[in-house]
Amino acid sequence: MSELTISTIQKPISNRRDNLVMLSRVANSLYWMSRYIERSENIARLLDVNLQLMLDFSDLNDQQLKDHWLPILCSAGDEETFFKLYDKADSETVTEFLTFREENPNSIISCLFSARENARQVRDQISLEMFETLNECYLFLKSKNAREVWQTGAHEFYEQIKKYSHLFQGLTGSTFTRNEGYEFINLGKFLERADKTTRILDIKYHILLPSVADVGGAVDTAQWQAILRSASALEAYRRFHVEDILPKKVAEFLIFSNTFPRSIMSCMRHLDEDLHRLSGKERREYRSNEERSFGKLLSDLNFLTIDEILNSGLHQFLEKVQATLDQLDDHIYQEYMYHPPVDLESEIFLQQQQMQQQ
Amino acid sequence: MLTEDYKTENFFDEMFTEEGGVRPHYQKVAEKLKALDPDEHRRKQTAVDLAFMRSGVTFTVYNDDQGTERIFPFDLMPRVIPDTEWQRIEKGLIQRITALNLFLHDIYHDQKILKDRVIPPHYILGAKHFRREFMGFNVPKDIYIHICGTDLIRDRQGNYLVLEDNLRCPSGASYMLENRAALKRAFPDLYRSARVHPVDSYSAELRKVLQYVAPPSLPSSQPNVVLLTPGVFNSAYFEHAFLARQMGIPIVEGRDLVVRDARVYMRTTSGLVPVDVIYRRIDDDFLDPTVFRPDSLLGVPGLVNAYRSGNVSLANSIGTGVADDKVVYYFVPKIIKYYLAEEPILPNVDTFLASENEDRLFILDNLEKLVVKSANEAGGYGMLMGPWASQEEISTFRDQIRANPRNFIAQHPISLSRHPTWCSSDEGGRLEGRHVDLRPYILYGENISVTPGGLTRVALRKGSLVVNSSQGGGSKDTWVLNGDS
Repeated sequence: MSELTISTIQKPISNRRDNLVMLSRVANSLYWMSRYIERSENIARLLDVNLQLMLDFSDLNDQQLKDHWLPILCSAGDEETFFKLYDKADSETVTEFLTFREENPNSIISCLFSARENARQVRDQISLEMFETLNECYLFLKSKNAREVWQTGAHEFYEQIKKYSHLFQGLTGSTFTRNEGYEFINLGKFLERADKTTRILDIKYHILLPSVADVGGAVDTAQWQAILRSASALEAYRRFHVEDILPKKVAEFLIFSNTFPRSIMSCMRHLDEDLHRLSGKERREYRSNEERSFGKLLSDLNFLTIDEILNSGLHQFLEKVQATLDQLDDHIYQEYMYHPPVDLESEIFLQQQQMQQQ
Repeated sequence: MLTEDYKTENFFDEMFTEEGGVRPHYQKVAEKLKALDPDEHRRKQTAVDLAFMRSGVTFTVYNDDQGTERIFPFDLMPRVIPDTEWQRIEKGLIQRITALNLFLHDIYHDQKILKDRVIPPHYILGAKHFRREFMGFNVPKDIYIHICGTDLIRDRQGNYLVLEDNLRCPSGASYMLENRAALKRAFPDLYRSARVHPVDSYSAELRKVLQYVAPPSLPSSQPNVVLLTPGVFNSAYFEHAFLARQMGIPIVEGRDLVVRDARVYMRTTSGLVPVDVIYRRIDDDFLDPTVFRPDSLLGVPGLVNAYRSGNVSLANSIGTGVADDKVVYYFVPKIIKYYLAEEPILPNVDTFLASENEDRLFILDNLEKLVVKSANEAGGYGMLMGPWASQEEISTFRDQIRANPRNFIAQHPISLSRHPTWCSSDEGGRLEGRHVDLRPYILYGENISVTPGGLTRVALRKGSLVVNSSQGGGSKDTWVLNGDS
């Protein structure tokens, strides 16, 4: 009997009996709560910036509008679902799809509803202040008021969404205990943020490739400026470079900056620290192949230059980062959150046998 | 705010005497009310409601795919109980839980009470919640009922009567605590001057009870206590999360637990961690699909085996439901006399058993005058309120009683006491009398403690006697004074 049962233990039994023990389900909820909030903030900023950018262009035809919005749609959502719901991609449809459509699992409303649902699952783990903020946000989005605010002034609406996220992340820093849960919240936040920064940068790859005459022109500059603002990086960039907005410098800044907290480099360094804190391994020691390829990418970043990246293709580089982050996400799930489900039938069989032996 | 035309209307009113005078223990409240203007009251009420909504002090409305959450309506006017009165209630509740616990031990062991013919054996052996699987099983520290919520009502003379014992998973304690916090915010001065017994110790007491009943074989002095919830879609999920947070224990779902070699573990980020005590908020039937309902997805396969092996403790114990069966309720005064040789301090409501021939004939002849209850339902379901029921409802119940008399009891309608309650503007926007009951919470560990006060539930609809939250009920903060006025 005991042979049977021991063989079904998938993981070593922990000897830890301190308060640091964390349910796998709880870890999963904290991680996704955090990812969804970060995601909603990024989408809000992306839409806000691009709506404002469009104000500088008048008389765009349908094709031009589509050319502008489609890459944004691709970076933040699901194109296929979109065209099931709408005929054409313009400011109105794309922003509505990415803001209010519950059919779109990555719309702001879907993200924040999921974040709140995850928070509710771990109501006992997070601080009252954190829950209240998220709950207020949920009640706001559920009310009719939300759409009215959006229709009368989209900017105010997106400001509000960003504020909820800022407030939530700030409260997490000031009210959440520094335990394992904090690492999962951080992993969710930085993984999402790194991923979104790659996508924001990639947008320019899609709308980029302008005719030669446009490079360095007013349109080009405006677009690069929008990229920076979408990553909340315009002021930081200006302070750092104090010169014109140059495509190469923008890409360099968003990939390599050591000091700007939304650059890919900064996010990955945070991820590296949190991964090590979780696994308890020494620095530069990694727990699995996924962690190792993540570590490899991080050290690549330490030695690569922007010229090398541009020469071998910015888009390809960004795709590689995204793939590595996806693997890491899967690794975190497998390592910390997944327990194989109980096979109820064999379980019943086993336990019925045990009952008879008594 | 209190108007001259407030009427007690032939009911026992908690605040006013028949002559219209304010009872001594309500003096402070009455003074406050005199000074309070309706606008200020409205502002305070709105602030409290908003705070509940924001912090998620809500219950989920069933059969609503929007996942609508509502707050449990809270009436700002506190219900006040003088010290001497409370001491009698407390004694009565302790007496009752002591006797019921002895009763449960007896019927799962020697069944002396059945052999002595105090209760006809078929009532117990055929009870829906009698768990014959646990005959001869010794529960830790011999405690069956760790947490009990007893429903009390007051008759026309103001006598406290026991309406119901809730011995399985009584709920509502979180509202008692949240209501108190809200009232302190709304009326800080009144609260301070009234000298009220605090209720905050409930969570700490509950934690102590749970730790106390940990399996004795345990190597460590710090048992791992968890709260087992059906999940986030349960109407009481807020309460589960609230209590877990207050006690600082993990809240788990069935899928978070796994049994290996008759030991319960929780699945954590660092592997499997042993669990010693489970405060379960799911019914016996759902605990373990290998023993009880095989279709239960909420429980843990193997849990009962681990419990029987003495490796994990459950609160409340399995099989307590037999003692809050409404037919067994009828026998509780006899149970108290049998085990304690005392007269019951808190009497029952006079009850008729449909399975006794004489009683049944009386019930069937008087259905339109009686309240009929199913033996094993809760939450105000499965009830017939004769005087208010339609002919159709009455004849449905008549058929059901004839078909299955064991499942029904009947009582004369009790005109529950009333309490001044704020009625919203569509009902006049003023204080009117509304019927109330009282659910105190009793904890049984190293000793028995009763939290002073409890949850006062109020039927907000005019004339209604049903106080359940699922059916238009609200609640009040309940004050036990440090003195009698």
